[in-house]
Formats: sequence, C-alpha cells, structure tokens
Amino acid sequence: MSKQEQHWEKTRNLLFITLAIWFVFSIGIFLFGAEMQESSIRPFGYPLTYWFTCQGSLAIFVILIFWFAGRQEKIDDEFGFTEREGDQ
Amino acid sequence: MIKGKFIDNLPKVYGLYTGGFLVFIIIMAIAEQAGMTAKMIGIFFVSFTVLIYALIGWLSRTLQTDAYYVAGRQVPTVFNGMATAADWMSGASFVAMAGGIYFKGYGYMALLVGWTGGYVLVASLLAPYLRKFGCYTVPDFIGTRYGGNLARFSAVVVLTVASFTYVTAQINATGTIASVALDIPFEIAVYVGLASILMCSMLGGMRAVTWTQVAQYIVLIIAYLLPVFWISNNIGAGFFPHFMLADEVARIAELEGQFGFVKNSAADLASVPKGLSAISKPHSAVNATPWAFISLAVCMMAGTASLPHVMMRYFTTPSVRTARRSVGWSLFFIFLLYSSAPMLATLSKISLMDPTLPTGIIGKSIAEVQAIDWYQNWNQAKLMFVSDFNGNGTLELNEFFMKGSAVVLATPEIAGLPYVISGLVAAGGMAAAMSTADGLVLAISNALSHDVYYKIINPKAETAKRLIVARVLLVLIGFAGATIAALEIQGILGSVIWAFDFAMSGLFFPLVLGVWWKRANAPGAVAGMLLGLISGTAYLIWVRSGGSGFLGITQLTFGIVGAAVSLVSMVVVSLITAAPDAATQKMVDDVRVPSGKTILGKQH
Repeated sequence: MSKQEQHWEKTRNLLFITLAIWFVFSIGIFLFGAEMQESSIRPFGYPLTYWFTCQGSLAIFVILIFWFAGRQEKIDDEFGFTEREGDQ
Repeated sequence: MIKGKFIDNLPKVYGLYTGGFLVFIIIMAIAEQAGMTAKMIGIFFVSFTVLIYALIGWLSRTLQTDAYYVAGRQVPTVFNGMATAADWMSGASFVAMAGGIYFKGYGYMALLVGWTGGYVLVASLLAPYLRKFGCYTVPDFIGTRYGGNLARFSAVVVLTVASFTYVTAQINATGTIASVALDIPFEIAVYVGLASILMCSMLGGMRAVTWTQVAQYIVLIIAYLLPVFWISNNIGAGFFPHFMLADEVARIAELEGQFGFVKNSAADLASVPKGLSAISKPHSAVNATPWAFISLAVCMMAGTASLPHVMMRYFTTPSVRTARRSVGWSLFFIFLLYSSAPMLATLSKISLMDPTLPTGIIGKSIAEVQAIDWYQNWNQAKLMFVSDFNGNGTLELNEFFMKGSAVVLATPEIAGLPYVISGLVAAGGMAAAMSTADGLVLAISNALSHDVYYKIINPKAETAKRLIVARVLLVLIGFAGATIAALEIQGILGSVIWAFDFAMSGLFFPLVLGVWWKRANAPGAVAGMLLGLISGTAYLIWVRSGGSGFLGITQLTFGIVGAAVSLVSMVVVSLITAAPDAATQKMVDDVRVPSGKTILGKQH
C-alpha cells in the first residue's frame, strides 16, 4: 500500500470513530429520552435528558472536534503530509 | 499604539474595541440615571454599533479578488471562529430560540443539538478538504470537482434557494429590531436594516464581512450573557446560572402542575393578536416522540454542513490545519450562547410564573397586570396580550400571551433590570441578524458573480469588472430580500428551518461524496442536486397544501425526503455512467492530503 493509501485509511478510521461518538450524542441517546429523564443521574441537579439537550451534548461536540483535529494532525505528521510554509 | 500589520495586532485591536464598548455601556447606564429616556437609549445603542460596523466595512474596502472572495486567506483560527459564530448565530438564534424553548420545551431543544452537532460533520467531512481545494465559493468546488457548467450551475441554484430563504428571515429580524429600537414602522425599518447590511459588505466583500462579524460577535455575546447572569443573581437563583438553575427548573414543573395547562378554545384564540402564544407545553419534560426530536436534529445537522455561508468561512483560514481547528473554535463560541438560551427561557418563565417573586404575574388580577408599565409597552408593540377568557378576574397560565421574540427582548425589563440592558439586547439582536444576513447576501452574490458571470458567461472579464458585477449583484439581492421580507410570509424561525432543509436536500451528498467517494461523477452530482431539491420542495408544497405526509416527516423536516432522493439518485446515476477521468481522480487524491498546492490557484 502506498503512503497515501495508508494515510487515507487512517484518516477514514478516525472519521468513523468521530462519527460514531457524534451519533451516540446527537441521535442515539435521544431514542431513550423518556427513559433517561427518569434516571437518578442528575448532572447539576437537572433531569438527565434536559441536561443533555441544554449542555451535555453541546459540550461533548466541542471537545470532540478539538480531539478530532488533534488526532488528524498526528496522522498527517506521521506520513509527512503536514503543510509547510509556502504550500498555499 | 498600533504598529505593524493589522493581522498581527488583532488581539489588541479587538481588545480595545471590547473595552470601548463596555465603556459605552457604562456611559449609557450613567445617562439613564441622569434621566435619558428609554427611547433615546435604544436609538443610541443601535445606531452607535451599526456606525462602528459600517466604519469597519469602509476600512476593509478592497480591489483584489482574493481579498474580496476569501479575505486574503489570512484570518487566524480563533478570530475566524468568532466570525463564524456571528455568521452562524442569526436573528433566529438570538431573538427567537429562547422563545421557542420557552413555549415548546423539549421538542424545540432539538434545534440546540442539531445546530451544534452539525459542526462535527463540518469538521470531519468537509471543511479541511474544501480549504485544501482552494475554492472561492461552494459551487466553485462542485464545478471543479465534477467538471462542467451544468454541475456548477445546479449548485448555484441550490445555494440561491437555500440562502435566499434564509436571508429574508434575517432582514425581517433586522427590521423587527430596528422598528422597536428606533421606533419606526416595520416597512421602513426593513430598508434601514438593509442599508446597514450593505454598508458592511459592499466595499470589502469577505474581508469586510470577516472583520465586522468579529465585532458583531463581541457585541452579541455580551448582550446575551450579561442579562442571563444579571437576572439569575437578581432573583437569587445562583451566580452561575448554567450550573445552578436545577431548583428553578423543578419549581417550574411544580407550578405547571399547580396552574394546569388549559387548552384555549378557537373562539378565545381569535381575539389574540397573530403570532402570540401562551405556555401550553411542560418546561423540562420529554414531550416529543424520539422520532420528532431526532428527525429535526438530523435535518439541522445535515443542513449545517451544506449551508454555503458557513462553509465559505473556512476558505479564509491560512491553512488546512487552521481550518479544522477553526471549526472547533466556532462551535465553542456558539456553545457560549446556545447553552445560555435554555437558561434564559427558564429565568424568564420563573420570573413570570412564580407568585412568590415580585415579578410574577400568573395568578394576579387581570387589572393589576394591565396596569404594569412593561406590560403596557410590550402590549403596544404587539408582543404581549392578556385576556380573561374564563371571566374569573385572575390571570391564568393560558390567558397570558407573548411573542417568542419577547422572551429575549422583554425579559430584562420584566425582571426589573435597568433599561440600558434592554438597549444592549436590541444592539445584540441587530448584530446577530446583520452578521448572518451579510454572510448570506455575500454567499449568493459571490456565487452569481464568480460562478455564473465569471466562470460561465464571461471568463475573460477583468478583475475590476468582476468586482463591480459582484457589488451590483450584492445590492440587487439585498433589495430583493428586503422586498420579500416586508411581505412577512413565514415567521423568522420557520424560514430559517426551511433554509436548512433546502440546503440539505440539494447539497449535502454532492459535497460529501465529492470528497469521500472517488467514483462520484458529474451526471450523478447533477442528478443528486436537482432531484434532491425538486423532491424536497415538492414534499414541502404537498404538506403545506394539506397533504398528510409520510413517516412523520413534517414541513420542518422535508430535507429528509430531499436528501434521501439526492443520495439514491446520485449513487445510481454515477454508477450507470462512466467513471471520472484520471485527472479528476488525481484531484480527489490531492484534496485528501493537507500538504502541497491547493487545487485552484491563489487568484482564479
């Protein structure tokens, strides 16, 4: 496999992991909205589903993007595909 | 004090600007104590901030195409994040969202999840790759990746339909705020709003819009957060509302049980002014089916990743790496406001509902409420209404009506904050609506001037001529938007949601597959864009004209139909036609690695 193919395979795997986490917190948990609301886990005292819609999912997305960006930069570095001065 | 290049001095410049704005707020507060009228404060706030934006717009004027289309590709990560946040958070986010949550609760909070979750798709699927491509506009990517004027033109069509739907809502919002703050009729205020929007974008294109959007973000975030923190402290709910309103949320549920939800009869509702509603849904209970919630969230997420005015902000960063990080910063700055909207809705509701608070009105006598100053003001502005339907002389939960936008605009006054805060909120709403309208008008006129005029009609046009065409189109589109906004066909939030559905129907899969599926070709992309847009629109028209719909897909989520048709037709047509040539395949390979030259040259 060429260097570029390996790079793309790793990039694609990172995408799948990122989208899986995204799916859980944007769609998955809301399949069980009513059940979660009754849960005894109450972040800051808020009902659980309510908290996820106000803060939880939103904050997770912010962290997820920064995590994704960091990982992708590592992959680019590993294969020497990081941009250099004058590339643009 | 400021030496060297503007870009190197950005933190200092905007630091001074923020300090100056805070001083202005303090001066206004002192003026209020000295007896300045509420009306004058409103006028000062709105006109002062708009003049600053216009000044920035004038200072950023340019005669170069790469500055006009992509701000010279030198906007630093964090500042691009702020500009994107302002670009993104529209009048709907600022003025209407807290109101939507206030009235509809859980069902509307799908918008919060959708409008933030979409950025994960932007960061992982699209933004870095489109940045590497080096395009000026979104149709520029489609046109080059797939090849051919038909693909380019189809992308322009989808972009225009989606963005135009959106921009009428934003001009409507600027008009609404300008008419309240400056006390002029709505039909005139719409054009005042338009003039301010054009001042920010006409001379400097993307460069001017970038630097005004950063300034607008600073105003709008101060204007949103300050009242939330202040009210929370005022009513003793906690000094950091986001972590401390659990008791208030529980108290609202208790009061809702106590007052009870009564459904108003059609005859009673006939007397209520148009667009006002009473609380009819519980505040924090799960009151929508999982599918209703998820389908709305999915549409908003896919729409986020397809709306060209957001995507083009990531064309302005210096590199692919910064484009990726910039998406994270954008979402962080958006998060600051979005996580506060439900808190504002909670504070607004508890202030009005709790009889133990001095501001509580539910359960008081109707005559008493009608005598309150703020009620009279907002009733006059047609944003509030009470009526004694059951004739018992007391205000019930179902007898107090408010427009969604009043939750943001009137809550500071209801909670007893000085008027200077209301003036600040008006300036913030104006900033939010203007910044989004600017981004949208520019997205449309850039697509028409770059993709239709320069790439299709007159490829030999000189730079000066191209930029004149771009500006003329900008003004024309602005006027068309304002004219339609003045007709008030659909509410602000409704039109915004439609725009996401249109964008998702036509652009989501052609954009994503352009990067992630090498086999995708021009006929497939054209089929995907046009059939997606047509089927989505047809479904919308069918449901609007009384059709029953299927699978629980409503007029707010018609993008699901459009996008599904788009995906299927794109894959099928791509597979039955010839694979893209070797040059195109090579282009896709090059887009997938950050290093190396952009596909399109710096000036093109």
